[in-house]
Amino acid sequence: MRIVVCVKHVPDLQSERALDSRGFTVRGEDDVLNELDENAVEAAVSLAEEHGGEVVAVTMGPADAVDALRRALQMGAHSAVHIDDDALAGSDVVGTARVLAAAVRAIGAEDPVDLVVTGMAAMDGLTSMLPAALAACLELPQLTLATRIDVTGGTLRVRREIGEAVETLEAPLPALVSVTDQANEPRYPNFRAIIGAKKKPVTRWTLADLEPYLGADVTVTGAAGAGTRILRSAARPGRQQGRIVTDSGDGGAQLAAYLVENKLV
Amino acid sequence: MTHSLVVVDDHAGLPSVPSTEVLTAARGLGSAVDAVWLGAAAPGPEALDVLGSYGARTVYVPELGGLTPDVAAVAAEAVLAVVGQADGPDAVLLVSTFAGKEIAARLAVGLGSGAVVDAVGVERADDGSLAARKVVFAGTWESVCTVTRGVPVVALKPASVEARPVTEAVAPAVVDVPVAFSPAARGVRVVERTEHAGGGRVPLSEAKVVVAGGRGVEGDFSAVEELADLLGAAVGATRVATDEGWIGHHAQIGQTGVTIAPRVYIGVGVSGAVHHTAGMQAAETIIAVNTDPEAPIFEMADFGVVGDVTDVLPQAIAELRRLRQG
Repeated sequence: MRIVVCVKHVPDLQSERALDSRGFTVRGEDDVLNELDENAVEAAVSLAEEHGGEVVAVTMGPADAVDALRRALQMGAHSAVHIDDDALAGSDVVGTARVLAAAVRAIGAEDPVDLVVTGMAAMDGLTSMLPAALAACLELPQLTLATRIDVTGGTLRVRREIGEAVETLEAPLPALVSVTDQANEPRYPNFRAIIGAKKKPVTRWTLADLEPYLGADVTVTGAAGAGTRILRSAARPGRQQGRIVTDSGDGGAQLAAYLVENKLV
Repeated sequence: MTHSLVVVDDHAGLPSVPSTEVLTAARGLGSAVDAVWLGAAAPGPEALDVLGSYGARTVYVPELGGLTPDVAAVAAEAVLAVVGQADGPDAVLLVSTFAGKEIAARLAVGLGSGAVVDAVGVERADDGSLAARKVVFAGTWESVCTVTRGVPVVALKPASVEARPVTEAVAPAVVDVPVAFSPAARGVRVVERTEHAGGGRVPLSEAKVVVAGGRGVEGDFSAVEELADLLGAAVGATRVATDEGWIGHHAQIGQTGVTIAPRVYIGVGVSGAVHHTAGMQAAETIIAVNTDPEAPIFEMADFGVVGDVTDVLPQAIAELRRLRQG
C-alpha cells in the first residue's frame, strides 16, 4: 500500500495562543506536531506494517513545520514532503485542501496512492473540515472520524462514533480516512528510530513545483485567495470568577438555590 | 428576491431542533428562507408543518436514489444540486455538528466559496456580506469572520440561537430536485448504524442544560444522571470518564468529542483541563463542583462548590425537589 499521511505543525495546546491583526494564528516557539496527527501517523505506519508498502508524510507550513515531519519520520513514515511557500500563508481550509490535494496527486504521479490518512482535527482551528475538503478535492470516498480501521483486499472499513450513532462504513480504495484519538495509541519513537529518521528524505516543494497538479486552483491559496477572512478578533475578557463556596454541610443546598434564584432551571 | 438556504437534518421524520434554530437565524438575515430536506425519506405533512412554522417558503427535496444522507458526500452533493438551481441562494446555513461541518467543507470546495463553522451567531453586515461570530482557542478569543467570494456557507453550533417560530406559519412549496451523484459519493457504504439509546434524554449537542461528570465521580454516574433527569438535562463526560468506561464515548465533551453551547453547564468532579473546556466554554453559565479548590474549572465558573460530589449532589437534588414542591 502507498499511504500519504497529512500532518500539521501547530501551537502547543498549553501555550498562550493569539490571532494577529490579519487574523492569522501567531506562531510560537513551542509549536508541535498536532497531537491528533500522531494518531494519523500511527494508523498509516501500522497499515503499512500490516500490508506492506510505504508511508509519505506531508505538511504545508513555514520552515519550522519540518519538525512535524521529523516526528512523523521518527514514528515510522518512510519519507516526507514539506510544502513551504510564503505565498501560502493565510490560506483557508479550502486553499489548504487544494494544495494538499495537488501534493497527493504529485506523489501519486510516481506511483498511485492507495490511501490518504489525516487526523480528525488540528488543535489550532479545531474545525475538522480539512479531511472532508481534501476528499472532495481529490474526489475520493471519505471515511472520517474512524475509531477503528481495517483494510481487506481493496476495501477500507472503519468504525466511528458520530453524534448519536455508531456506524460502520466501507469504501473501495483509493480513499481518504481521518482518525480520532480513539483509533490507536501512538508509538513513542526509541533512540534508534530517532537516529534513523535523520537519514530519511525530506523533499521541499514550493507552489511552483505543484503547479502542474493545482490547475486553476492556484488562485485560491494564501491570504489573498482565502474564501474566508477574519474581520476582527479580540482576546475575550477572562470570565469573571464567580462565587465559589466551600461546602460546610450546605453546599448542595446553595447549588440548588443558585440555580433557582438565577432562573437557570 | 434573494433567499438563504437552510440545510435541515431529519430527526425521526421531523426537522431536528438545531435545524429550527438555524431557520430562526436565517430569518434574521433579512431575506426569504428556503430549506433543503436531508432525510432518508421525503418530508411528511408534519415535517412540512414544522418547516412552515419556522418560515421556510420552499422545501427542496433532493432525490437520493437510495443513498443515505449520513454519507457527507451524498449530503453535500444533494445540497449542491439545490444551490445549482436557477434561482440560487445568497447563503447556505447549516448545523455545526461533526456531519454539518463536513458538509460545509465540501460545499465550500464545490461552490468555490468559503465556509465558517462552529459559529455562535450570524448577521448581515452593512455591505450585505455575512458576518459570523466565533469563539476560538478554548474560549480565550473571539472573532468575526466573513466569506469573501461565492455563496457563503455558515454552520451554527446547536443551542447558540433560540428557535422561535414565525407568527404566521407558511405552507411551504415542495420541489423535488434530481441529483447526479459522483462515484466518490456512491463509493461509501453504510454497513451498519446503531443509534445510541438516549434514555429519553435530549441529545448532548442540543441540550440547554448539561450535567457533566469527570474523574471526581469515581466511576459512579448515578447522581449525575439523577440531577440531569431532574433538570431535563443531557449527561456529558470528560475524556477520562469515557476512557475508564464509566459512560459511553458519545457522552465525551471536548476537542475530540462533542462541543456544546448550553445555557447552563454543571461540571461534577471535572477539573477543567483544556481538552474538556475547549468543548464547553461557550456555555452561558458554568457551575462546578469539585473537591480541589485549585481546580482550573473554578477560574471560569460563575458558581462553584468546593466539596465532595457524594455530599453535594444528593443534597442539591433533594433541595431542588423540595423547592419545586414548595
